Amino acid sequence: MPHHTPVAKRHGDRKAAVGDVGRPPVAWAVPGILFFAVFAIVPLAIAVYLSFCTWDGLDSPTLTGLDNWTRLFNDSEFGQAAWLSLVLTTVSWVFQTPVALLLGVWAAGRQRGRAFLSAIFFIPLLLSTTAIAMLFHALLDPNFGVIRTIGPWLGIDPDVMGSSTGALLVVAFVGGWQFMPFHTLIYQGGARQIPEVLYQAASIDGAGMVRQFFHITLPQLRHTATTSSVLMIVGSLTYFDTVLIMTKGGPGTDTTILPYLMYRTGFQTYDLGYAAAIATALVVVATGVSLLMVRLSGFGSMRSTREGM
Amino acid sequence: MVMAGVLAGCGSGGGGSDSGTITAYVYGDDAVKVQQAAVDTFNKTSKVKVKLVSVPGTDYVNKLRSAMGSPSAPDVFFNWGGGSIKPYVDSDDLVDLTSTIKNDATLKDGFLPAVMTAGGLEGKIYGVPMRGMQPVMLFYNKALFAEHEIEPPKTWEDLQAAIKTFKTAGITPFALGGSDKWPELMWMEYLLDRIGGPEVFRKIQDGDTQGWGDPAVLETARTVEELVDDGAFGKNFNSVDYGNGGAPTLLNKGKAAMHLMGSWEYSTQLGKAPEFAKKDLGWTAFPTVAGGVGDPANVVGNPTNYWSVNARTKHKDTAVAFLKTMASQTYAQALVDNGDVPTTSGAASMLSGSPNPQFASDQYEMVQKAPNFTLSWDQALEAQYATPLLTEISKLFAGKTTPEQFVAAMKAAR
Repeated sequence: MPHHTPVAKRHGDRKAAVGDVGRPPVAWAVPGILFFAVFAIVPLAIAVYLSFCTWDGLDSPTLTGLDNWTRLFNDSEFGQAAWLSLVLTTVSWVFQTPVALLLGVWAAGRQRGRAFLSAIFFIPLLLSTTAIAMLFHALLDPNFGVIRTIGPWLGIDPDVMGSSTGALLVVAFVGGWQFMPFHTLIYQGGARQIPEVLYQAASIDGAGMVRQFFHITLPQLRHTATTSSVLMIVGSLTYFDTVLIMTKGGPGTDTTILPYLMYRTGFQTYDLGYAAAIATALVVVATGVSLLMVRLSGFGSMRSTREGM
Repeated sequence: MVMAGVLAGCGSGGGGSDSGTITAYVYGDDAVKVQQAAVDTFNKTSKVKVKLVSVPGTDYVNKLRSAMGSPSAPDVFFNWGGGSIKPYVDSDDLVDLTSTIKNDATLKDGFLPAVMTAGGLEGKIYGVPMRGMQPVMLFYNKALFAEHEIEPPKTWEDLQAAIKTFKTAGITPFALGGSDKWPELMWMEYLLDRIGGPEVFRKIQDGDTQGWGDPAVLETARTVEELVDDGAFGKNFNSVDYGNGGAPTLLNKGKAAMHLMGSWEYSTQLGKAPEFAKKDLGWTAFPTVAGGVGDPANVVGNPTNYWSVNARTKHKDTAVAFLKTMASQTYAQALVDNGDVPTTSGAASMLSGSPNPQFASDQYEMVQKAPNFTLSWDQALEAQYATPLLTEISKLFAGKTTPEQFVAAMKAAR
């Protein structure tokens, strides 16, 4: 990616840092770099290597060149999984962002009962994903769950987990329910950073609540939104445990998203070479999406939201 | 995932097993106490000691797989026979026990023949039976059958009549945990066996994927489609599971009349609804299918589990000696006490001491008389075929594919 500006800036920084007594030497980063290399770079490199092999996990991997990759591009199941991942990611973002943003801004205020309610909102994040998936699975049981009672009343078919769209929406909802508090927290932190004077000035100029929100809060939260969105999108792309527990990729293959397809290929079919190709493709897509987000939002240029203040 | 393989690969570089001990991996569940007792008894007299490693059930297959590829592989390990050991046979990791068993009276005559052969591959034996039998049976709610004055189905016509009766009464004819996929497999297994006989699947198991093209497979898939369309499994079976108790609860609450399930359904019901299990839980064989050529006495399911020996073990004699204790009266008795039905040939007389003697002896007789015992397809086939198979079956049941598309997909499976 063309990071001209930041690279140039960093060069400038280094020149300025020469002889800067207070700065820690590069050597301080060595443990961190080593740690990252051992636990992220090396496994990633091995995964890329394996994607050119066939390996059943028992014998040694055999190089088969581009076989896995040609198979990947012709595999309708991979295509479907990629599409489902995309849909799930979009639905999750659309569902979570507005709610988290509004809750976060609200939680940054000084209303009565705010601390108490914030603590309650935060609870889902403290539960394990497995526990949550099992809980919703029980609630949505078409014969014995609450959905049987309240479903028809809300206009929802109790067999929601048995329908293609229903199952995918449930997965998106359960994930959103769990991680919304986290994004709320991010937005709350962001909203608290907005200088009070901006609001004071705005109310002197006669701007109401709504105008203040759209003209001060939202623009000031731009970078917060980028951070939250990148985390949300990468999180949705690597979404796995809920699918494993709640739908097992079903009905049919209608919730078999990319990470689940990778798991199935790697750990149920023991086709580890092809699973590595799927994993690598996922890394490429996730990295691409994050870089694109960062670039489109201007986050990478490191401009401050406080510029011009 | 890659890390696991790599770490296992270079972890204990050439350490091997300690001298004087052999390691045995076992699927970690309630029955482990029976194996532990057998190990303790064996260790009292043996110089080389057996060390039992209980691997939690859900991790078993993966843990075994990564251990077998590493220097710290177990000497003896639990498996399901058939396709579950095929990769190890292919990479020459297993001791061929055929001649050992042939030359040893204890092992040769100790077990039911159908069970002994079901675990092998291409006529060779790689394992010794070590747990109870688990045939798939048709369970039913006796109270509902009495209330609607019908008998458990013996023929396909009976079955269709029962479906009609229960549907009219607003009761789901068959409970089915479709979300788990493997309960659907049981229907395919029995239907194909009844329609085309066990040879059709045996061909497939022996590596001929074109065997899926047999007309009996298409007929089986069509029958499934009909059952689904008829509402035999109700409307929402795709979101019902077995693992969390969905399908068993339907049966014991009287919301479903029948349930095609492995014999463990009995202990599941005993745990969930003891009253129902003791009073109203009935069981019978899978009915005949009109026009089918399969012997109605054939059984499908998991014949039992097996111990196999790693070819790289340093103490093969000890391993075989340990395997021999599986044929002993004491071991069989311990299985019976645990509620299992042993696959040893003399077990019939012990079953009166079982928690439910009637159930145990019906089950034993069913397997003993079965001309053929087809191992569950997902265990009989290698993982590379088993997983796509489960997916395709799930699509068939969910109405996402036609029977023709199912056949085509299975023929094309790589």
